[in-house]
Amino acid sequence: MTDTTSELGTGVPRREGRDKVTGAARYAAEFAPPGRLYAWPVPAIVAAGSVRSVDAAAALALPGVVDVLTARNTAPRAPADDPTLNVLQDDDVPHRGWFVALVVAETLEAARAGAQAVRVHYDTRPHDVTLTRDHRERYVPEEANGGHPAVRERGDAPGAFDAAPIRVDAAYDVPPLHNHPMEPHAATASWEDGHLTVHDSSQGSTAVRAALAQIFGLAEDRITVTSAHVGGGFGSKGTPRPHVVLAALAARHTGRPVTLALPRRDLPAAVGHRAPTLHRVRLGADPDGILLSVEHTALTHTSRIKEFVEQAAVPARVMYGSPHSSTVHEVVPLDVASPSWMRAPGEAPGMYALESAMDELAERTGLDPVELRVLNDPADEPDSGRPFSSRHLVECLREGARRFGWEERDPRPGVRRDGPRLTGTGVAAATYPVLVSPCRATATALPGGDYLVRVNATDIGTGARTVLGQIAADALGAPGDRVRVEIGDSDLPPAPLAGGSSGTASWGWAVHEACATLAGRLAGDPELPPEGLTAEADTAEAVEAGSPYARHAFGAHFAEVSVDTDTGEVRVVRAYGHFAAGRILNARTARSQFLGGMVMGIGMALTEQSTLDPAFGGFAERDLAAYHVPVSADIPAPPAIEAGWLDEADPHLNPVGGKGIGEIGIVGMAAAVGNAAHHATGVRFRSLPLTPDKVRAALAGVV
Amino acid sequence: MSAGVLGSLEAGHTSSLRLRVNGEWYELSLDNRVALLDVLREGLGLTGSKKGCDHGQCGACTVLVDGRRVNSCLLLAVALDGARVTTVEGLGEGDGLHPVQEAFLDRDAFQCGYCTPGQICSTVGVLEEAAQGYPSAATDPDHPAGEPVPLTGDEIRERLSGNLCRCGAYPNIVDAVRDLS
Repeated sequence: MTDTTSELGTGVPRREGRDKVTGAARYAAEFAPPGRLYAWPVPAIVAAGSVRSVDAAAALALPGVVDVLTARNTAPRAPADDPTLNVLQDDDVPHRGWFVALVVAETLEAARAGAQAVRVHYDTRPHDVTLTRDHRERYVPEEANGGHPAVRERGDAPGAFDAAPIRVDAAYDVPPLHNHPMEPHAATASWEDGHLTVHDSSQGSTAVRAALAQIFGLAEDRITVTSAHVGGGFGSKGTPRPHVVLAALAARHTGRPVTLALPRRDLPAAVGHRAPTLHRVRLGADPDGILLSVEHTALTHTSRIKEFVEQAAVPARVMYGSPHSSTVHEVVPLDVASPSWMRAPGEAPGMYALESAMDELAERTGLDPVELRVLNDPADEPDSGRPFSSRHLVECLREGARRFGWEERDPRPGVRRDGPRLTGTGVAAATYPVLVSPCRATATALPGGDYLVRVNATDIGTGARTVLGQIAADALGAPGDRVRVEIGDSDLPPAPLAGGSSGTASWGWAVHEACATLAGRLAGDPELPPEGLTAEADTAEAVEAGSPYARHAFGAHFAEVSVDTDTGEVRVVRAYGHFAAGRILNARTARSQFLGGMVMGIGMALTEQSTLDPAFGGFAERDLAAYHVPVSADIPAPPAIEAGWLDEADPHLNPVGGKGIGEIGIVGMAAAVGNAAHHATGVRFRSLPLTPDKVRAALAGVV
Repeated sequence: MSAGVLGSLEAGHTSSLRLRVNGEWYELSLDNRVALLDVLREGLGLTGSKKGCDHGQCGACTVLVDGRRVNSCLLLAVALDGARVTTVEGLGEGDGLHPVQEAFLDRDAFQCGYCTPGQICSTVGVLEEAAQGYPSAATDPDHPAGEPVPLTGDEIRERLSGNLCRCGAYPNIVDAVRDLS
């Protein structure tokens, strides 16, 4: 072994970068086994009911159409644990957009025409897709997403609020949001000699294999799922999705390979969404700004077939000290598509509400918003009483404020006018939990001096390949270019998904352990067998041992906005995020991920919203013309947008020392923008996004 | 070179045409419904051009047709007889990367990579448009007609706003394009 300066932490370029800029990187729909067919789904056009009949005659008569699959003509499968995967299993239509048939054809054009020609007849029942604060079906679930208890109470929060000298009582709304990764969900499936091979657009193919094994009644070793390159996911590819089941089903049904790439407009109903959240936050404080009581209630919706509760009141259990606290989740089952994960589920909408309320409290107490947060920074996690493994929120606020130029801020709202435009600045804190899951990996020393690391990690754009190579090289004491990394294939050692900002911690732990073990065995320079010397790692025991510490990443977002009082348009002119997320393992890809989260947060603040159509059910904004993800013109050009971090050494995490960075970049952004809009105009906006119609109406007669 | 038939064979529903793709001529017999993007991806195996929305809303399918950037998902191939098409696969010379590809690599101007070929082809188009003096909504109205337009941050952001990136790589894309201009 060679002694090298470790590359860990430095900005090593992406290993697959060249493949991505030349178009050589291949995504799930781009595998073309001989004889491949194309599939096109038929979504239900009623909001609730059942399929009475499917008339496929016209579709089957079209040239090139091979078959039309329905619940009636496909071989039965076992029900999946996740009800959203039980497509074409029965006649039930739980929501608009549920797939009720699948056309398989020789060409894309024939498949699309066939899908348009299928006539489906429905029996409908009355539907309800509208979430209201006083909905009669509202209930308090046992748990919210992530296994968090739905309710946590400390002391007497309402009593303390009533007695508090300073009170903020505010309601905030976040609409349904869509992940919309640039690569629509797609799978190419083929069966050969009883072995199912699927190229899937997934955040974790180990879990996809397990689901397919259950549904099709196969042993897992008869299934291979690859996800070599994935065009983004943001949570929507975190669990197996119906497209992969349908592709495998169609391939089995026709005896030929099948590709199914979901049309963009089918994504909102088929791949999960961020459920709308209606918040109420009540903060009681003394005149010096010390919190006496924190209450956060988050009401959301779920579908009729699956209970998914966005854990939006959970961050209030982590953020600020107070003797009294109440955090409650409520949910209403509606005739809507099943919600699921979208980047920082819980934290993103929850912190929008909490951090907006903190800004209102700062205004009420006359304190600087940064100082108010510093004042209420707790020594231990408020909800659990456990010590933090590390918490550097105050340092993020202080350093972020310094770099952003916060100290020159005039706190008065509505006084910086340039023609029709008003400008202002805002701050918000961010938090995201440290999650980690059991993982296995192998490391092999090959004759000739190369190393091979194998783990079924997934690179959805995070740079997983690259950072795992860095971790391995560091543990082996080898140069990075001698380490080959194999990921994205379920035949590799099983690994958890790329989600919950847990990928690098989970995979990196196993890779580090396998490489450290291997390095130990290589210490005496033994002669290597021709197949090389392999060390294995399985972190299950170590991960499941848990931690006595409360482990979270923290950050601080700053934004400057310009509000056009004539048009109501809000533009972000500057944004800065400073983060404390443990050890940063690759400065280059980490910065990209932080900035990317901030960009998505600006979208959440200003442009992104979906609407449930009360008349016909389903989402009204189903494509990228109606659902506005931010474009380049919406985002400041560097250096007006930047992300930074502090070097945080936390010995209580995992051997690689990272807390995860995929999600925290979005968490405080929307509140920082909203708070800046208040500072600009003097008007409070409590409903996202801050679109011109809302802003114009709120400003009318005020400024 | 023939790529065979794409789409339906039904008489009257197909057309024959020639396309020059990345320097090579193809004789094609195509279903009249086939979009250029699907010719490239499904017919010619050039899967570098991406399908993000199939409706001209995301720009992932951007290629150059006769030197100008277009959303290839919106172009019916039968209308392009004799056209010269350049995709991301055809930008570099041999194993060498095109300067725009180099700049994207240098700046980490992508994450998942799915919008990247479209961003890169779009950037190639933008550089040419600016050099030829085509104005954008961000161009100073007093800028002399036909004179090259300097690619400021605002110009780049405006001109590349037809190419969505959900990973949010815009800041790095802007820097990559600045490096080239």
